[in-house]
Amino acid sequence: MVLNDWGLAMSGQGESLGSASQPDCATLNMPSGEFISSGFPIISRTDFSDTTFLLEIHHPVMARAARPGQFVIVIAHEHGERIPLTLADFDRDRGTVTLVVQAVGKSTKEMQANLQAGGEVFGLVGPMGVPSNQGDVKKVICVGGGLGVAPIFPQARAFKEAGAYVIGIVGFRNIDLIFWEDKFRAVCDELIICTDDGSAGIKGLVTLGIEQAARDHSDIDELVAIGPPIMMRACAETTRPLGIKTTVSLNPIMVDGTGMCGGCRVKIGDRIKFACVDGPDFDGHEVDFDDLMNRLRRYKAEEKVAQETWDKNCRQLQLDPEPAPDTPPESGPTS
Amino acid sequence: MARKTIRNIPQQRAVMPVQPPDIRAHNFEEVALGFDQDAAILESERCLVCPKPACVDACPVKIDIPGFITSILSHNYREAYDIMTDATLLPAVCGRVCPQEDQCEGVCPVGVKFEPVAIGRLERWLGDRAISENWHTDSYIGSGPFKIGIVGSGPAGMACAADLAKAGCDVTVFEALHEPGGVLRYGIPEFRLPNEVVDAEIGNLAKLGIKIICNTLVGRLFTIEQMIEEMGFHAVFIGSGAGTPKFMDIPGENLNGVLSANELLTRCNLMHAGQFPDYDTPLQIGRRVAVIGSGNTAMDAMRVALRLGAKEVHCIYRRTDAECPARLEELHHAQEEGVDFHWLSAPVEILGNDDSRVRALRCIRMELGEPDSSGRRRPIPVPDSEFEFQADTVVYAIGTSPNPILGQTSGLKLDARGYIETDDDLATSLAGVYAGGDIVTGAATVILAMGAGRKAAQSIRDYLAIRDTNSVYSAAQEGLEGTVFGIDQAERNFSPVRLH
Ligand SMILES: Cc1cc2nc3c(=O)[nH]c(=O)nc-3n(C[C@H](O)[C@H](O)[C@H](O)COP(=O)(O)OP(=O)(O)OC[C@H]3O[C@@H](n4cnc5c(N)ncnc54)[C@H](O)[C@@H]3O)c2cc1C
Ligand code: FES
Repeated sequence: MVLNDWGLAMSGQGESLGSASQPDCATLNMPSGEFISSGFPIISRTDFSDTTFLLEIHHPVMARAARPGQFVIVIAHEHGERIPLTLADFDRDRGTVTLVVQAVGKSTKEMQANLQAGGEVFGLVGPMGVPSNQGDVKKVICVGGGLGVAPIFPQARAFKEAGAYVIGIVGFRNIDLIFWEDKFRAVCDELIICTDDGSAGIKGLVTLGIEQAARDHSDIDELVAIGPPIMMRACAETTRPLGIKTTVSLNPIMVDGTGMCGGCRVKIGDRIKFACVDGPDFDGHEVDFDDLMNRLRRYKAEEKVAQETWDKNCRQLQLDPEPAPDTPPESGPTS
Repeated sequence: MARKTIRNIPQQRAVMPVQPPDIRAHNFEEVALGFDQDAAILESERCLVCPKPACVDACPVKIDIPGFITSILSHNYREAYDIMTDATLLPAVCGRVCPQEDQCEGVCPVGVKFEPVAIGRLERWLGDRAISENWHTDSYIGSGPFKIGIVGSGPAGMACAADLAKAGCDVTVFEALHEPGGVLRYGIPEFRLPNEVVDAEIGNLAKLGIKIICNTLVGRLFTIEQMIEEMGFHAVFIGSGAGTPKFMDIPGENLNGVLSANELLTRCNLMHAGQFPDYDTPLQIGRRVAVIGSGNTAMDAMRVALRLGAKEVHCIYRRTDAECPARLEELHHAQEEGVDFHWLSAPVEILGNDDSRVRALRCIRMELGEPDSSGRRRPIPVPDSEFEFQADTVVYAIGTSPNPILGQTSGLKLDARGYIETDDDLATSLAGVYAGGDIVTGAATVILAMGAGRKAAQSIRDYLAIRDTNSVYSAAQEGLEGTVFGIDQAERNFSPVRLH
C-alpha cells in the first residue's frame, strides 16, 4: 500500500471521519472503517461469460454519492494504470458499488485473473463526471450494447424512478452472453433484446430495436445509449432523421479523471471538451465519433506490448497454458 | 570574530556538484547533487548576517535566513533546521524548486559584487540532513475540539494542514489522486525533486497527526457544503490547484501525438510510464518532440522527453529568451542537455499523416511589438512567414486554467476566470471555507502556495477563535512557559462556533 510505504502511521486509513467523539457527522453516517483511502474490499464477483465479470466493491460513501451516468477510476494494483469504468450499479443499503468489466486488454484481463471476492482493488476514486439528468422525460429509450449493457441499467432505473416510460434495448452477441435480463425487466416497461445471431430476441444490431421502438411509439423524448463508439454512432444516426434527442456516454482514454491532463478530450460540435469533467454524457448528434475512435487507438502499439509481456509471464507461471487469442486493444475505458 | 564585510568573505560560491549534461539527459537521477557539510559551512561563511536582512523580507514566508545560517556556522544544525522550519514546512522541497533568484538571493547584498549567498542550496542541505537524520518538528498537542477538512494535498493544503494540526485541530486532508503531494508529485520530475524527498517531507507533516485520505474527489464524493453541514468539519481549506491544461484551439489538436505537458508529466511522474511495461501506464514519446511554451512546465516536459528517449527535443516559443518565463537555471539546464530553442515562432496548425498521427507543425514567425499588460513585448505575426516544422509529438505547455469540479458542485463564488474568490484573509463566499494557492491566484509557485496555506491557517484559527499566541511558531523567542505548546491556557477556547 503506497501510503504505508512511507512507514507512517497513516491513521487516516480506514478510519472514520467521525470518531466516537464526533457524533455530529451522523448524516453521512460513517461508522469506523467506512472511509477508505486505499485497498478497497471486493465483496462479490460474478462471471457472466468468459470475458465479462462483475465486481461489487465496498465503498459506502461512494454508494451514497453515486448517480447514474457517473464513472469511477480503478487502479487494480500498485503498478496498475488508472482505468475508467462507468458505474453499473450502486447499492446504498449494502454500501457497495458495482462494476461490470469486459476483459479486452491487458489491464482488464489481469483484473479478471486476479481480482476475487475477499480481495481488494488498490485504488478506487469517484464518482466522477456530471450525473445524467432525467429531467421531465416522459418516454425514453435506453440502449446498451457490449460493454455498455451494465452501465445503461442505472440510467434506466433512474428514468423509471422519475416516472418515465422506459424502453430498454440491450444487445449481445448471442443468448449465452445475456445477463441482468431480470434487472432490466424490473425497471423497463418494454425490453427489446437484440442478438447478432438471433439466438434470442431480434436478430441484428440494437439499431433494429430502436427502429422498431420508434415505429411503435411516436412520442419518444430521449434516447440514451452506452456502448462501443461504433454502436453509439449508429444509434445517433438512427435517431437523427427522427429528431429524437440522443445522449451518449463517451469513453476516451483517461489518466487522472479530474480534468488535470486533457488526455480525455473529445470533439463535440466544433468545441473541445474534457470528457471526465464536462461529460461523460454528450449530445450524440454533435459528437465527432471518428475523432473519438482515432484517439482511442493511440496506445495500440503499447497495449500490444503490455499484452504480450503479460501473456508471456502468465505462460511462465503456467497460469495460462493456452496462448491468448488475438484481441482488440483495450480502449482506455471499459464503460 | 571581526565583523564580516564584503571584503573578507569567500568570493566564490561553494561548489555544488551537478551531473554532467550528456549523462544526466539520459537518466532520472537528480541533476544538482547538493552541498556536503564542508560546502555548506563554506557557503555560510559568505553571509554578511545583515542587521536588517533584505533576504528575509524578500522570502514569501519570511524565513530567518541569517538566523539559520549563523546556527550552521556554529555547527548547531538541528537548531538551524528548527529556525528554518518555524517558517517553511517543506525545506527540502523549497530548497530545490523555489525561484530564489527572484526572492531571497535576488536581494542579497553579496550579489552586488559576487554571486549572492546560495541560500536555496543551504536550505536544501538542511532539509536533506533533516530527512537523513529523521528530524521533525512535533509540537503536536493532541486532537482538540476542532475538525478541519483540507481539499488537495499540494503545498497549499499541506501547509495549512500542518499549521492547524500544530494548533491542536483534528485535520483530514482529502486528495483526488492516489498519492499525495499535488504538483510536487505529479508535475515536477524526479530529476529536480525526487519522490523520496516529497515522501519524507509530507511524511514529516503527517507525523503531526494529519490524516491523509487519497482517492477522494471532493465535490463528487461529497461537496464542500456537506463537509461543513453534515460531516462535522468546523472549517474547510481548499487548495485544489490550477491544474486544467490549456490548448490553443488550432486545427489538428486532437491528432494522436498531441498532449498536454500535464499529461506527459503525470504519466511519467505519477504513473511511472518510464518503467512501462513493468508499470501499466504507457507513454509514446516519439523521435522528434516539439514543446509549445517555455515556462517551467515546458522545461520539465522537454527534459523528461529527452530522458524517455526522444532523439530531438525542440521548444517553440512566440517571444524570445528575454521574455521566457522559466527560471534561468532551468533554461540553462535544458540548453545544456541539448534542447533546441526556436524563439519568435508559434504554431498555427498541427498536420497529420494518413493514420491521424502528428507529422509536423505549421508555424508562423513572430516579431515583438509594444509591451502588453504583462509588461512583456507583445508578439505579432510576420505576414507570409509560415513554415513547416517536423515533429511526431507535440506537447502543450501554455498554461493552465482552474479546475472546474468544485465550481460545478458547490455554491462557491468564482471570479470571472473561474478561480475561487477570496477576501484578504482567504475566506471564500461560504462561511468557514477558506481557499489558497493556485486555485485562487492562478499558477504560481510552491512557496507562494505554502504561504497561502499558512495564511489561511491563521485566518481559520481566528475564525474558530483558537487564540494562540504567535509562540507556536516562534517558541524559541517567546518561550513556552505557561502555555501548552504555545497556546496560552487562558486563551484556549473550547466552545465550537456555530456555523449555521
Ligand atoms: C511542471 C510544473 C513545474 C513547476 N515547477 C515549479 C518550480 O520549480 N518552482 C515553484 O516554485 N513552482 C513550480 N511550479 C508551480 C507549483 O508547483 C504550484 O504553484 C504549486 O504546486 C501550487 O500548489 P497548490 O497547493 O495550490 O496546488 P497543487 O500542487 O496543484 O495541488 C492541488 C492538489 O489538489 C488536488 N485536488 C484538486 N481538486 C481536488 C478535489 N476536488 N478533491 C480532492 N483533491 C483535489 C489535486 O489532485 C492536487 O493534488 C511548477 C508547476 C508545474 C505544473
Ligand atoms: S482524464 Fe485527465 S483531464 Fe480528463
